[in-house]
Amino acid sequence: MSAAPLLQVQGLGQHYGGRSVLRDISFTLPAGESLGVIGESGAGKSTLARLLMALERPHRGSVRWSGEDVHAMPARARRALRPQVQMVFQDPYGSLDPRWRVGRSVIEPLAALPMTGAERQTRLAEVLAAVGLEADAALRFPHQFSGGQRQRLAIARALSTRPRLIVADEPLSALDVSVQAQILALLRELQRREGISLVVVSHDLPAIEVLCDHALVLRGGEAVEQGPAARVLGEPHHPYTQDLLAALA
Amino acid sequence: MSAPLLELRDLHVRLTAPGGARLHALRGLDLTLARGESLALIGESGSGKTLTALAVMGLLPEGAEVSGRVALEERDLLALDDDAWCAVRGRRVAMVFQEPLTALNPLQRVLAQVMEPIRIHRLAPDRDSARQRAMALLARVGLDERQARAYPHQLSGGQRQRALIAMALAGEPDLLIADEPTTALDARLRVQVLDLLRELVAERGMALLLISHDLALTARRVDRLLILYGGRAMEEGRAAELLQHPRHPYTQALWAARPRLGAGRDQPLHPLKGNVPSLKQLGAGCPFAPRCPLATARCAAEPPPFHRQLACWEVSP
Repeated sequence: MSAAPLLQVQGLGQHYGGRSVLRDISFTLPAGESLGVIGESGAGKSTLARLLMALERPHRGSVRWSGEDVHAMPARARRALRPQVQMVFQDPYGSLDPRWRVGRSVIEPLAALPMTGAERQTRLAEVLAAVGLEADAALRFPHQFSGGQRQRLAIARALSTRPRLIVADEPLSALDVSVQAQILALLRELQRREGISLVVVSHDLPAIEVLCDHALVLRGGEAVEQGPAARVLGEPHHPYTQDLLAALA
Repeated sequence: MSAPLLELRDLHVRLTAPGGARLHALRGLDLTLARGESLALIGESGSGKTLTALAVMGLLPEGAEVSGRVALEERDLLALDDDAWCAVRGRRVAMVFQEPLTALNPLQRVLAQVMEPIRIHRLAPDRDSARQRAMALLARVGLDERQARAYPHQLSGGQRQRALIAMALAGEPDLLIADEPTTALDARLRVQVLDLLRELVAERGMALLLISHDLALTARRVDRLLILYGGRAMEEGRAAELLQHPRHPYTQALWAARPRLGAGRDQPLHPLKGNVPSLKQLGAGCPFAPRCPLATARCAAEPPPFHRQLACWEVSP
């Protein structure tokens, strides 16, 4: 085990076609802790998520997974690290192929790992149980599930590789209200039971409070405030954060 | 007492599923709404809230079967033919849809789209005065002249939603229906749009039927709430009272399921068990029975009557 933090972001910036969308973002996330990224449309939240996942290259700065600069390393080395970092999207359809039985989608990330078929099937049963689904769910197709069940399947897929970090982009906002609380409880339970770190991108401030140790508030691509989540949400310093909280009253 | 502006009595809607099966989507809804009043119809997917709005607008999908009564100032809307609907829709009753990008014409400037209902319903004597009226409406919802002359794609999500509200107001409706008008917006914009709707209702003496899944957001911004689940009304009441004393197990569960800001990382969570039922799964009894902590055999077998603003066998009204 290296002593380097799980996730280290230094001076991260991104441009699209000369337009700056993210500027000078820095933070450190120790293993087992979680970060909430708060912001409105256009704040740069999803860009930050994609950079953390190494799905695009930054214009400036670095992202380190366990001390290793993911954008500087060769593609092969990055592929070897990928199983450690998984993503859950707002729309669970995004990670489930509509034409595949969901079991196949759930263990697709395991294709990169040296495992036997039997080991993969065992892992499939484990992750389905971990998200509260029956084993025979694996045989059905995505459209046969409710929105909340599909989000459970997307989380099972993310869990399949035993990741140390899951980046979740608005994991609740497409779900029915009564289902949001179920997924929220599931994510918190997974943090506790499996010691997984989350980066939760959301404008749902109560959900951030429940899931995150740290919070980072983005506006127009800049971090206007960051710190312990309880402090940022309880005693916000920046007027913008105060404004966001006032909207909930 | 004068007649209510809108009255729904024992409204049923049956839909035809792709395979030909009949789905009983709305199962006997009663609702009245007076001028100057705002009511939020709260429900999750499949609760029937959007179907209710479409029934009032005369826009139910092909093959839908409606029974019961939908009356606007005692005029039976279900009996209207297409021509009669044209004088009602957009004029007496107007709707703000959820996704402003699909509700706005991408090829036409916003101003022209707000002028259209004014022209169609002959609410202005000529083009210039129609334009002036449209401009005034756009200004009222917070759009300036440059934004009025913009195409929809040049506006932000919040601005588009404002444009859509101006368009709905252009026919000077008595009843404004807003179907999840804020779902696509950020939290701060949601509050602004709801506050704007509430001001407009007060200013114009309209009635507002707001359709939403977000109890927490809407409850403080409307006069009354009606909670729908599985095509039936579960509970109704003054918003302030229902916030303080929710009686129905479903309303209570919805409240308890929300995490509280300030209650900390380790606050207890109380998620509802199970899933929202699909229309095919709905049985004869109370639709919430399979998830209800109080449910008995009777609840699953027989739907409780809606009595004293509550439909529950186990909670006394």
